[in-house]
Amino acid sequence: MIFLSRQLHNKQHNRQRETDMKKIFLIIRREYLTRVKKRSFIVMTILGPLLMAATIVVPIYLATRTNELKTVAVLDETGIFFEKFKDTDNIRFHYLVSDISTAKSDFSKSDDHALLFIPKTEVTLPTNAILYSEKSVNINVSSYIKNVMSKQIEELKLQARLSELQTDKKEPVSVDDILRSIKTSVDINTMKIGEDGKESKSYTEINMILGMFSGILIYFFIFLFGAQVMRGVIEEKTSRIVEVIISSVRPFQLMMGKIIGVGLVGLTQFLLWVILTFGIVTVVTSVMSSKDIGKSATEQMMHQKESMNAAVAGAIASQKESPEGMEGIMEAINSVNFPVMIGAFIFFFLVGYLLYAALFAAIGGAVDSEADTQQFMFPITIPLILSIVMAQYIIQDPDGPVAFWFSIFPLTSPVTMMIRIPFGVPYIQVILSMVLLLLGFLGTTWLAGKIYRTGILMYGKKVSYKELWKWIRYK
Amino acid sequence: MDLFSAHSVSKQYSNHKALDKVSIHVPDSHIFGLLGPNGAGKTTLIRIINQIIAPDEGELIFMGRELQPNDIAFIGYLPEERGLYKKMTVGEQAMYLAQLKGLSHHEAQQRLKYWFEKFGIRGWWNKKVEELSKGMQQKIQFLVTIIHEPKLLIFDEPFSGFDPINANLMKEEILAQKEKGATIIFSTHNMSSVEELCDDIALIDRSKVILSGAVRSIKKTFSTNTFGISYNSFEEPLQTILPPEFQVLSESHDMDHRHAQVKLPAEATPNDLIKSMLPHVIIYSVNEKIPSMNDIFIQAVTQQTTQPATRD
Repeated sequence: MIFLSRQLHNKQHNRQRETDMKKIFLIIRREYLTRVKKRSFIVMTILGPLLMAATIVVPIYLATRTNELKTVAVLDETGIFFEKFKDTDNIRFHYLVSDISTAKSDFSKSDDHALLFIPKTEVTLPTNAILYSEKSVNINVSSYIKNVMSKQIEELKLQARLSELQTDKKEPVSVDDILRSIKTSVDINTMKIGEDGKESKSYTEINMILGMFSGILIYFFIFLFGAQVMRGVIEEKTSRIVEVIISSVRPFQLMMGKIIGVGLVGLTQFLLWVILTFGIVTVVTSVMSSKDIGKSATEQMMHQKESMNAAVAGAIASQKESPEGMEGIMEAINSVNFPVMIGAFIFFFLVGYLLYAALFAAIGGAVDSEADTQQFMFPITIPLILSIVMAQYIIQDPDGPVAFWFSIFPLTSPVTMMIRIPFGVPYIQVILSMVLLLLGFLGTTWLAGKIYRTGILMYGKKVSYKELWKWIRYK
Repeated sequence: MDLFSAHSVSKQYSNHKALDKVSIHVPDSHIFGLLGPNGAGKTTLIRIINQIIAPDEGELIFMGRELQPNDIAFIGYLPEERGLYKKMTVGEQAMYLAQLKGLSHHEAQQRLKYWFEKFGIRGWWNKKVEELSKGMQQKIQFLVTIIHEPKLLIFDEPFSGFDPINANLMKEEILAQKEKGATIIFSTHNMSSVEELCDDIALIDRSKVILSGAVRSIKKTFSTNTFGISYNSFEEPLQTILPPEFQVLSESHDMDHRHAQVKLPAEATPNDLIKSMLPHVIIYSVNEKIPSMNDIFIQAVTQQTTQPATRD
């Protein structure tokens, strides 16, 4: 008997869960579809990428057009790269024969843009170089150097490999294998030399841009779509539909359904932006650079398959062409640890949104109209705005205590951590920040649920913080 | 048998008690009126039945067992504060609400089609809600409340916002639902609709049930044995021809007749009244002054106010 009744109970319980899930899905679907079908969504989806593509393409176009001549002094202890850096339209190289300390002091007095120092290596081929500069190094310069160095090393490796192959011709080796075995990536550290000759580590612009960009993106996403959640809740309250709905679903389900639905709208918009922006940028830049390069990637691949020697040589030759402008920037972008960056971005983007959206939903539940939201919006927006205001300091000192605490505290971590990540953050800090953010999310959602479920049934009452506190303590 | 009953349900908010040991019994297939002045606790009780809020104490029995979360599928609720999403089309909206009540897509579509046909509103399906008048919106709300054929229907002030024609339509539809076997809880302070519709009532005032039972028996207990009589050809005060224990409450006259209200002692019948008047006057009509629900409501509430409850 007991067994039977328990079984019955479990069955009921499962059915309950099933209908609950179905209802949440219905809510999510409604929230999603009504927003995606709106004209404003479609307009934003088209305008966004045009603006973003413009902000990417225009500066690059201008940068590649600058005729300012930059001189780079090269101190190559290895001797491998002597005369390998060919002058380009706006970079001149000259080679030094001295030691690093005199080179540095000479550099401070000269008009040179940068000093490239390739330290001697004992056994292996050199894969590190230091670029000293008074100002931040131009991306074109550092990526050109990087490119030349890696091509040179790859060529040396290839020659060694080919002579090896000629001595024992037994087994056939595929082109891909060879290409993979010689693939080299070069690290260039940029150091700033102050007026007084003092050195400090400087970060490449690309890290800053990436960090700032993703931080600002998260900031906007939270504000834009958090406010949409809030507006949605207020709409349900003012149109008096909320009580009709919560007679069918629990308030918490309605709140979460809305948060997830709006989040998916944001994600959709974001993905469309990325895809469209990427599409536009690719089309525009390929038009811009087609005259320089002339060969498409597919043609290169076809060549590579023709014959081994010719292919390898051809591939290298084609890649050796000056990687200016777009290609240079792409190269620099490729140097960032993207799997970590993208993974972290998605996490902080989503969980940060969820955390704030719950708070926004609570505000929406507590007030009667958007005009009343001010007093509650204030404490929520302060940490977000602060994390954007502090961004420029954090970028100056991405490992400092301010950066650390801001990237750990759940209300500021989504923005601040994303700013730090391109500079490299110890995994333990990233994980700590993620765990705290998740806990923060659970906490705010719990709190918001309590405020929300009381608030949505209160009409025409000015709510104070004291009142909210009472709502939180209701059973 | 009771379809639903509540047993000493209490709900405390931080600064006031919304419900104080409230018990009600809603018989199966009856229309049950939940009456009371504003702020008495009606809506709190209804929200508890709908499991929107939880009571602090008390027991809720539905269909012979304790009320369960799943039971909202058997309840249809039309709240006093009701509305629709303005930007959605009528059809989408109705489908959404019907599916939230647990109907499958197919079921929802078929039933809505039937009802839209019946109400003659088929053309509204693709209209946005904001294009409809308030009365039209009310129709849609009513329709989605009953769409899942619930056993228990709860209407909170259902006629507010309806014009008389639509109010009548709704009244008929509520009675039709009762015929079909639904039980209806009907919260209002509009007493005339209570007379027309309700079989039973509970009167809640300041968080407590102060009066409850079948409408007929309540009326009987509140009856004062008072009769109105219309007569003619007698100019003297009526009291002069009546026994002293018959109390004339009021006298008046218009062009044709004289009218009076007479309160009889408990054991007297209208026959005694007529007997004593017959030799002196021509009687045109005699009718019992049955207290209206409105009188009962006011009487019960004011009594409560003048004599604070002795229970606590």
